[in-house]
Amino acid sequence: MPHIALPEGLPGITSGFAFRPETARPMRELAEVLLRGPNTLTSGEREMIAAFVSSRNDCHFCQASHSAAAAHHLDGDYGIVEAVKRDYLSAPVSPKLKALLSIAGKVQQGGKHVAGADVARARAEGATDKEIHDAVLIAAAFCMFNRYVDGLATLTPTDHDTYDQMGRRMATQGYVQR
Amino acid sequence: MAFRPETAKPLNELVDVLLRGPHTLTQGERELIATYVSSQNDCEYCQTIHGAIAAHHLKDEPLVVDVKRDYRSAAISPKLKALLAIAGRTAQGGKNVTAADVARARELGATDLEIHDAVLIAAVFCMCNRYVDGLATWMPHDQDFYRQRAALVAERGYAAVTQMG
Repeated sequence: MPHIALPEGLPGITSGFAFRPETARPMRELAEVLLRGPNTLTSGEREMIAAFVSSRNDCHFCQASHSAAAAHHLDGDYGIVEAVKRDYLSAPVSPKLKALLSIAGKVQQGGKHVAGADVARARAEGATDKEIHDAVLIAAAFCMFNRYVDGLATLTPTDHDTYDQMGRRMATQGYVQR
Repeated sequence: MAFRPETAKPLNELVDVLLRGPHTLTQGERELIATYVSSQNDCEYCQTIHGAIAAHHLKDEPLVVDVKRDYRSAAISPKLKALLAIAGRTAQGGKNVTAADVARARELGATDLEIHDAVLIAAVFCMCNRYVDGLATWMPHDQDFYRQRAALVAERGYAAVTQMG
């Protein structure tokens, strides 16, 4: 049960957003720009980075919802997303994405874990500076979102269908309220 | 930040609302939370700049050093100590925040908003610290630079200073 009196019945981060709309607005905008804005990385790739970091941070709500969003960007392919979370090095994704996931995994542990060699590897696989920047910032942002969701002990649904529907909305309508 | 203005904008707005918006916690108290978390995460840039801003608001540089070294013995309110405990747990990982931590803060007078913001400030700085260190941003080492920036941020907010470059 949540640590504070969050609005009832709202899952995960949505309860925090309803409690504090002034901080919700820039957080939603950040997610929208990072995960759905124009980018040489596809939304599917970016949502996979988010789901990967969230799973490393053991945040069920974030990893399940962003896994679903990734799957919906990838024609419903949950298999690729699960493979990335389980063992990204052997997953059926591009070498460039693996290099970016490696960077994201280092950021999850701490910013100083990112080494010059990690960045060089990503560049060798064709990553641009903007793509490397975004891998770092997506990972950093999810280290925030995961801590917010679990730090307040927000409501965590457990059924797949709930997350599948959330993921569909996230993939098609995005994160900003209109 | 200048490299990617589309992400700098929401980041700055979030920090501005959290650290400088109208609140029952003073700006100095909130900057102390940010500084403490950044020092726990060993982010030199963030702890130095936010430490300087906190010191500017509190007019007390040694207090900031005390809080970073051992907030439990620092000359701050018991309520702020309880909120720093929550922030520290959040920095380790959201699930580390226990009902007992929250109950303690409530006993000492913390409101739901103050508890919410202690968690969110910690979470935001876990992002900022990783972002800064992850990109190995160039960092000036002169203490006066930080004092001057601190005064500017206190007067004009984060967005204005970022636009200055």
